[in-house]
Amino acid sequence: MDALLLQILNGLDKGSAYALIALGLTLIFGTLGVVNFAHGALFMIGAFCAVFIQGLLNLSYETIDETQKDFLGNPLKVKTPYLENWFGPETGGAIIDWSVPLAILFAIPVMIAVGVIMERGLIKHFYKRPHADQILVTFGLAIVLQEVIKYFYGANPIPTPAPSSLTGAFDFGVLLGFDPNAIIYPYWRMIYFVFAIAIIGSVFAFLQFTTFGMVVRAGMADRETVSMLGINIDKRFTMMFGIAAAVAGLAGVMYTPINPPNYHMGMDFLVLSFVVVVVGGMGSLPGAVLAGFLLGILESFASTTWATTTIPGINQVIIYVVAIIVLLTRPRGLMGRKGVMEE
Amino acid sequence: MSKNELTRRSMLKAGVAGLATPTVFAGAAYSFTNDPQGGAVTLGFNVPQTGPYADEGADELRAYQLAVEHLNGGGDGGMINTFSSKTLDGNGILGQKVEFVTGDTQTKGDAARASAKSMIEKDGAIMITGGSSSSTAIAVQGLCQEAGIIFMAGLTHSNDTTGKDRKANGFRHFFNGYMSGAALAPVLANRYGTDRKAYHLTADYTWGWTQQESIANSTEALGWETINNVMTPLASTDFSSYIAPVLNSGADVLVLNHYGGNMVNSLTNAVQFGLRDREANGKNFEIVVPLYSRLMARGAGENVKGILGSTNWHWSLPDDGSKAFVRSFGTQYGFPPSQAAHTCYVQTLLYADAVNRAGSFNPCAVVEALEGFEFDGLGNGPTLYRADDHQCFKDVLVVQGKENPTSEFDILEVVEVTPRAQVEYPADHPMFGGAEASLGSCNPGA
Repeated sequence: MDALLLQILNGLDKGSAYALIALGLTLIFGTLGVVNFAHGALFMIGAFCAVFIQGLLNLSYETIDETQKDFLGNPLKVKTPYLENWFGPETGGAIIDWSVPLAILFAIPVMIAVGVIMERGLIKHFYKRPHADQILVTFGLAIVLQEVIKYFYGANPIPTPAPSSLTGAFDFGVLLGFDPNAIIYPYWRMIYFVFAIAIIGSVFAFLQFTTFGMVVRAGMADRETVSMLGINIDKRFTMMFGIAAAVAGLAGVMYTPINPPNYHMGMDFLVLSFVVVVVGGMGSLPGAVLAGFLLGILESFASTTWATTTIPGINQVIIYVVAIIVLLTRPRGLMGRKGVMEE
Repeated sequence: MSKNELTRRSMLKAGVAGLATPTVFAGAAYSFTNDPQGGAVTLGFNVPQTGPYADEGADELRAYQLAVEHLNGGGDGGMINTFSSKTLDGNGILGQKVEFVTGDTQTKGDAARASAKSMIEKDGAIMITGGSSSSTAIAVQGLCQEAGIIFMAGLTHSNDTTGKDRKANGFRHFFNGYMSGAALAPVLANRYGTDRKAYHLTADYTWGWTQQESIANSTEALGWETINNVMTPLASTDFSSYIAPVLNSGADVLVLNHYGGNMVNSLTNAVQFGLRDREANGKNFEIVVPLYSRLMARGAGENVKGILGSTNWHWSLPDDGSKAFVRSFGTQYGFPPSQAAHTCYVQTLLYADAVNRAGSFNPCAVVEALEGFEFDGLGNGPTLYRADDHQCFKDVLVVQGKENPTSEFDILEVVEVTPRAQVEYPADHPMFGGAEASLGSCNPGA
């Protein structure tokens, strides 16, 4: 029982990332009809927003310490962050310590801008082209974005820790009456899950309860009729692209303490996120979220020792096996709508 | 009719013989592949320039360029000045100027073979060196054996490289999984006691398998029990599903047989799950990383503090050779070299020196010169290139993540220099292919 709960918990944070990325993908597909293979790169750029803010907050001045030597035997140059100099070591250190949460404030406008520029500058030229063209151009864009990040930050992962007060793990086992250490779960992963739920809830609320959202939903259902009513639906869809980019970016920002970001991290999520979208049902926002969590938890179960010894390699194929089963039994996915990608 | 037929056959036979003769003679004139012509010799540096190990590849390339500069008489000469063999005088190799070409392994076996093949066939490389992964090293070593080219391996730590997959044309300066285990186990037993239960997470490819086998054997010999070994796919990015069950598995040590990005993520995840703050079996829970790369350990940040592991070389070593190399490299590039850079630089000097001592670029002469070669002054103390398997035997470093680093490069500290005698093993050791493992014959190519 405790192992069962443990793997469900483990699947939740992975599922959160899948759900957030798949939600953005579905928003873009549902509004603009574009299959965006650059969406993983948006997740990665979001993560590097956190890296950038961490670097910015750590900007330092150098002083020479004659008592210590560097690797060449010269007096050591000691770096002190400006923030610690301006606000004192405690306050300055605390601001630096909270660089990841602070990066959220930076990432939102940056990611919206990146999304809008991407849509206006490149993707809009491919609306009427076949999906294969869209996939090729967005995949190419993803590789370009990757290489740009690698040029500035290198190929190695960059440590981007959570605030020190949010590190460590909670012993759920004791809370639920199991043995100590039976169900351990890191605080930051819990925060990631709650954050993902909040973002998903906000997106749904935005679409459901605002006039802007109502127009977007109407446009998703019947773009031509909405346009005939004199509404500039293209402008709203462009904004939705920006919002989808921001969702992916925020997922990336918050993911950085879980695994140190590197330029390739978007690709690691991209293919799985597409599977999530297909399983959830093309164009279905609730389907994307449901499938994200479902596949995250299934992947977690498939990685247990029991599963890998019973069926070797199951951890590497489980998502695809489930995708095949779902598509065979429900060709439109779990919550897919009739007519989407069926023309 | 029949006379005509015979005549025609005779003509054909004569033609075939006529065509074949110059080829045979050409083979005799060029008795080995890519015999240097025109006063210059080309070396092929095959490193990961893209992909997850690109930063390590870039550091290897810096070291190679420095080695070429030193061989051609440029710079301060680096470790040429401290090398016990004195054949290198700044006049290239055998008086020929050293030039180089580079290839991108992408850390993929097929891409590494393709780039090595291109450098041999199109660029005329006489020697191939490099790599940052055992699977690519083994793949390229096999190709070089077939092509009649010397392969001086870069960073490759799998026992198989000089074990079951050893080749007469291939040489490894870097240490291996067995040596890591032999050096690390006594330190682990001393630090954590002999009554320990270890849980292994292992990267599912040649390096991971041999590393796990080595560390398990060495620790079990000192009283530890290996209670589980879970293979993790090389492409894994999140290890939480593998780490979560560790705490209630009965283990009190987690051994991460991971390298590079895998190591960074698995160690980060293990620390996130609070493993180091827990107790198991009445003892503090410990984590071990058998193979450290200082360059990549940076990615794990503060999580490496206090974690024990092993490394081939470290820039803080106080011997003259290491100091000379760090000075050359640091002055040129502004930061200290990695262990990958060190082994690549050393391999280039060793090859050049072997050619000079042999008086020939012929791969078989180079093999003869390197086999059983004893040297010093290249950063690891007295070293032997063993003839039986082409593996270097030298001291091994046990390191741990530094608690109070003074700079971004000051990540690891050496806790013990394990003497060479402690990490030696017979060439027919079962972990290295046993009695069946063979170098085969040297291939000069052409």
